[in-house]
Amino acid sequence: MRWRRGLRPGATRMLEDPPVVEAAPAARRPVVLEARGITKRFPGVVANDGIDFALREGEIHCLLGENGAGKSTLVNVVFGLYEADEGELLVRGEPARFRSSADAIAAGIGMVHQHFQLIPVLTVWENVVLGAELTRGPLLDRAAARERVAELSERYGLAVDPDARTGDLSVGAQQRVELLKALYREADILILDEPTAVLTPQEVDGFFEVVRSLLDRGISIVFITHKLREVLAVADEITVLRGGRVAGAADPATATQASLAGLMVGREVVFGVDKSPASPGEVVLATEGLTVTDERGVAMVRGLDLEVRAGEILGIAGVEGNGQRELVEALTGIRQPLSGRITISGRDMTRATPRRIADAGVGHVPEDRGKDGLVASYPLDDNLVLNGYHRQPFSRRFVMRRGPIREHAERLIADYDVRTPSAAVPAGTLSGGNQQKLVIARELSRDLDLLVVAQPTRGLDVGSIEFIHRQLVAKRDAGVAVLLVSAELDEILNLADRIGVLYRGRFADVVDRTEATRESLGLLMAGARTTEEVA
Amino acid sequence: MAQDTAPPRAEEHEPEVAVDTARGGLTGLSRLEIIGGLYLLVGVALAWLGVGLPADAIALQFGVGEIAPSLDLNPAVSVPVLAGLIAASGLVGILDRRLPRLAVPALVAGTVLVVPLVLIATLSQSGVPQTNVITLLGESLRLATPIALGALAGLFCERAGIINIGIEGMMLAGAGIGFVFYGLVGQAAGGWPLYAAVVVAVATGAMMAALHALMTITFRVDQIVSGVAINLLAIGITSFLRRQVIIPEGLGGGVTLPTIDLPGLSSLPVLGQLFTGRPIFLSMFVIFVLVQVTLFRSAWGLRVRSVGENAHASETLGIDVVKTRYQAVIIGGMLAGLGGAWFSLETVGTFDDVMTNGKGFIALAALIFGKWRPWPAFGGAVLFGFSEAFGARLQLLGAEVAGYPIPAQFLQSLPFVVTIIVLAGAIGRAVPPANVGKPYERSR
Amino acid sequence: MSQAPRQGEQPPEGRGPADERRGAAALLETYHRLAPVTVPLYALLLALLVGAGVMLIAGANPFEAYGALFAGAFGNPERLVRTLVRSTPYVVAGIAVALAYRAGLFNIGVEGQLLIGGLTGVWVGTMSALAGTPAVLYVPLVLLAGALGGALWAGIPGVLKARTGAHEVIVTIMLNAIALRMVDWVVTSREPKILLDPDASTPRTPDIVPAGQLPDLVPGTAIPVGLLLAVAIAAGAWYLVSRSTLGFQIRTVGTNPSAARYAGMSVPRIIIVSMLISGAVAGIGGIIAVNAGDSAHLTPGLLRNVGFDGIAIALIARGNPLAVIPAALLWGSLLSGAPLMQVQADLSIDLVRVVQASVILFVAGDMIVRTLFRIRPERGAGGSPTPAATGWGAQT
Repeated sequence: MRWRRGLRPGATRMLEDPPVVEAAPAARRPVVLEARGITKRFPGVVANDGIDFALREGEIHCLLGENGAGKSTLVNVVFGLYEADEGELLVRGEPARFRSSADAIAAGIGMVHQHFQLIPVLTVWENVVLGAELTRGPLLDRAAARERVAELSERYGLAVDPDARTGDLSVGAQQRVELLKALYREADILILDEPTAVLTPQEVDGFFEVVRSLLDRGISIVFITHKLREVLAVADEITVLRGGRVAGAADPATATQASLAGLMVGREVVFGVDKSPASPGEVVLATEGLTVTDERGVAMVRGLDLEVRAGEILGIAGVEGNGQRELVEALTGIRQPLSGRITISGRDMTRATPRRIADAGVGHVPEDRGKDGLVASYPLDDNLVLNGYHRQPFSRRFVMRRGPIREHAERLIADYDVRTPSAAVPAGTLSGGNQQKLVIARELSRDLDLLVVAQPTRGLDVGSIEFIHRQLVAKRDAGVAVLLVSAELDEILNLADRIGVLYRGRFADVVDRTEATRESLGLLMAGARTTEEVA
Repeated sequence: MAQDTAPPRAEEHEPEVAVDTARGGLTGLSRLEIIGGLYLLVGVALAWLGVGLPADAIALQFGVGEIAPSLDLNPAVSVPVLAGLIAASGLVGILDRRLPRLAVPALVAGTVLVVPLVLIATLSQSGVPQTNVITLLGESLRLATPIALGALAGLFCERAGIINIGIEGMMLAGAGIGFVFYGLVGQAAGGWPLYAAVVVAVATGAMMAALHALMTITFRVDQIVSGVAINLLAIGITSFLRRQVIIPEGLGGGVTLPTIDLPGLSSLPVLGQLFTGRPIFLSMFVIFVLVQVTLFRSAWGLRVRSVGENAHASETLGIDVVKTRYQAVIIGGMLAGLGGAWFSLETVGTFDDVMTNGKGFIALAALIFGKWRPWPAFGGAVLFGFSEAFGARLQLLGAEVAGYPIPAQFLQSLPFVVTIIVLAGAIGRAVPPANVGKPYERSR
Repeated sequence: MSQAPRQGEQPPEGRGPADERRGAAALLETYHRLAPVTVPLYALLLALLVGAGVMLIAGANPFEAYGALFAGAFGNPERLVRTLVRSTPYVVAGIAVALAYRAGLFNIGVEGQLLIGGLTGVWVGTMSALAGTPAVLYVPLVLLAGALGGALWAGIPGVLKARTGAHEVIVTIMLNAIALRMVDWVVTSREPKILLDPDASTPRTPDIVPAGQLPDLVPGTAIPVGLLLAVAIAAGAWYLVSRSTLGFQIRTVGTNPSAARYAGMSVPRIIIVSMLISGAVAGIGGIIAVNAGDSAHLTPGLLRNVGFDGIAIALIARGNPLAVIPAALLWGSLLSGAPLMQVQADLSIDLVRVVQASVILFVAGDMIVRTLFRIRPERGAGGSPTPAATGWGAQT
């Protein structure tokens, strides 16, 4: 599946396999951005080690690598947020030293971060002109700014209301604002960091149309992603980073997902987990008409009915922001639902506290392990009893007993392969993967009937991902009911027995894994319903 | 493909659920219902008591002198009427489910009515049967000055993302050091040394703020801790100066900045009294306008606000976060210093120990009450100024309860109690700048 | 540090240059490890330098002044005892603040809680209905009353914070001001007379009856049992925080309230409980202060600034109840030595406040100290509490 610009306007759809049309190779275009020997060190780790990278005019150069490989560090150096310890940058052949992003912007480089850098309370035009304001005398020239934003929107096909409050916009619209920010500053080198992570497959199409029009205008793009499918579809050049170094370049014409993954990880990668079919038992978790509001009082889960049985994995797919967070919070007692019922093992837990729900045999691996799952400054053994300290044998009559706590920790660290010098180090010193394994260890080692897992492998290396997936399947096979919420469609497809697609707070549909395809799920995620049903 | 402009997320189906009417935990009643019930009870009780008040007419005057318009009222009638209205507002509060949008305005109106009620009741029992309402307003505005200026100081700091509980200390230092300067340089009546001393006070505030900025921005000390230290430092320095310099040298003769009559405006019939005042008080209004324009209509103001909402995002746009924060904090310090000068150079003419007396903290409450916007914060400052002025007026009129005069200490505590009530009520809905309190580390 | 091997000689027992470097590295490591002790000491040093600077500006001789300060605090056994007695309320106040601090709360209201605790203690201690109670019962009763009074006054901001998110800093400061005035009224009011001692020459409450007063530790000397009580409270607080399940919850809420919530801890409940305990301790501190010296009554100005100093001491001690003891001793010695300094060096006692404020700044700004003395910054998150709301946000 190959995407060629400018030749077949209709052939940009990712959901088809258009025939490959071989065109004459493009003349070697001039190099607009070059990195030579870039090295960047942080305490304890060399994030970039002698990286060479070249971007040609009007091309998309994909930067590939798993989490922690150094992609973000490299582009932060290019954008002036970091200063390289060694090496040099050349912009259009001239050496460049960026002391801040202001310098990079002045050199014509723009960046759309993975996590949007927008100010929610400000309007779109304020966000766009911030830092490069149009003024009349000492005051902002609001009319001129709005006009300019409108003009840029029109020219690049990025429709957005200049006066809208940015925090109220949809994710896709916010991304357009980010692009406008860069274009307003006349960037002709754009860095896009994981731009499609928050889009549905259909939205991704629209996004690439915009990208195409940018390329046609001579803008050059560095495209960071870990989605191999996209890389193969759009890249003109591919560079793979691994462990801070360039692992290799790949030829888009001949590379495959497997070959790319192999370069990323350094060994053969097996996609998918070996899974025997599920044999579901009793219903463990059920909700009826569950409605949950967020902090602002907006209903994010709207009348949801779901069921999870023992021994099966129910995967909740959907683009983030459709109520997943609020659903998990309600199920684990963090947030009180507005109405509806939650039943766990036959008992009504609608308004139960987190403590009571946990005591009922529910484990929870939260989405944000650093903030919600662990206390970074606590040693590992304290973290491992964070929600169990009040039980025997960890405490007796309100006094904590360090001996049993330490033994427990050492046992779990061994069983769950947590790489650490000892059980006494602060949890914050562990790598992301090991931190997540710690949380998994804590939850899965308990006697569980239900396991609620949210974004379990976000930001982790492949080894940790494989390990955690195996653990989840093992729990399922042992008869635990598992609710898996993930924004990674591949993860859902890998692990889930049944899949519910959450859209605007309700299930667009619930399908069996055997009947689901990327395409059908993608449609559901975007709101198209496969069965006509009254709301 | 979907080209959304600005859709809110779940717009078409579920109604928005307001936080106020959320059912409370303990009793299952909402907050408004409880307050409404309270008002109803209190209103009925006051009405019943009010009927027993002496029926001799009292007068609420709206000016000074014979020609001033005045309102004659019969306490035995007007107090029960007011009390009845308060009870009614309580009723509306209880019925908040049926009349959702009326509950809060009704309760607010009921609260406001307490003021004339207490005033009339006090007048009816005191030896003096009239009181000037306009001066009460004028006093409120005047007393609001340090609070308002302090709130602006807090506004600049917090909008840029730095918590500043050291406003009290900055004000105190400004008051003390400015006064010492004046005392040492010359005790001529009015004239330039006083104004120069104001400048010194402003500069002192700026320096204390620079210290706070240094601590919190460069050294990333916890912002609350730094504020506490600033307060202690100010108390230490000013008390030291008082004992070592002010008292031995016998400084302080009660000389203050002169009163100014604004030409034209001050000769207005009723409201004219509000337009005469001392310089710092009058400048307060101008400053508020300037702050509103600067913070919300200028490019620098936009940057200050963005730095307070999302420092990292601002950095990615090439804004110098550190420099902007320093600028905002120091400007805040200057305003605090000016507020301090109000105490020693404009109002009293001397410097007493800890003469700021908690106003710096009340200023923060006013800021929160005003949801981090200038004019609403000004409203909050006036509210607190009013509680102080009202307490003083009641003391003057000899307010009594059950035969005993209300102790001065109770009335003096009034502003503090109001502060607590405001904080407990307001903050649930007030959203501070998103980055406030988080230390900023430059990407390197 | 290490010596270079002499020329031409075999290094003894295989100690070559590499070993020298390792030795030096180990020494350096120890230097860094001792940071929790050395940083506050260096901070003290810097603060004393700042004080010396101010003294010079005021025209005094720093050596003379500090000498007088030291002599005034520790010069002879009586002065030493006086310093200890003087420090005792600060120990308790510091612990009160430290306990709340571990929960991420800034209990600035210790000042008011001391007063209200002292007031309730005096009230119970002078109640005619309890006149004949034996000391064995009466003393604990008075202490209990004080604890309850302080706990009540601290519970208000605790509940407000837990339920409405009102920031405890401002609420407690307001309550301090209210407490000051209320106590002033209760103690000085003649009509109606509440707790005023009609026979006293200055406005104050009557003494607590002898059966209710805190006895002397060693009968006859001026060393009160309050001292022992303070140390016992310090030990108890340390045990509570480091070893008990409640302490675990408090620390977790103070370090990461979100994780605490997800772990099933009730953050609002812990906030309230922490404030109650903190206030109770402060209330007991009020009773101790009331009993200081030969009298056992409450005057309006008695507890002036003890609360605020308690905050400073808790900050210096980084919230560790045991470290509060030396910090409070430092404070007490500065204050008790100051009058002699005033006499001998002709410097106002307020100068020590400048020193005190500097100590706080330098301890809190430990980055400054570390940079100046080249100590490595703390790794990980250091383990010190992050306030329960960095900012004004409401607790959910």
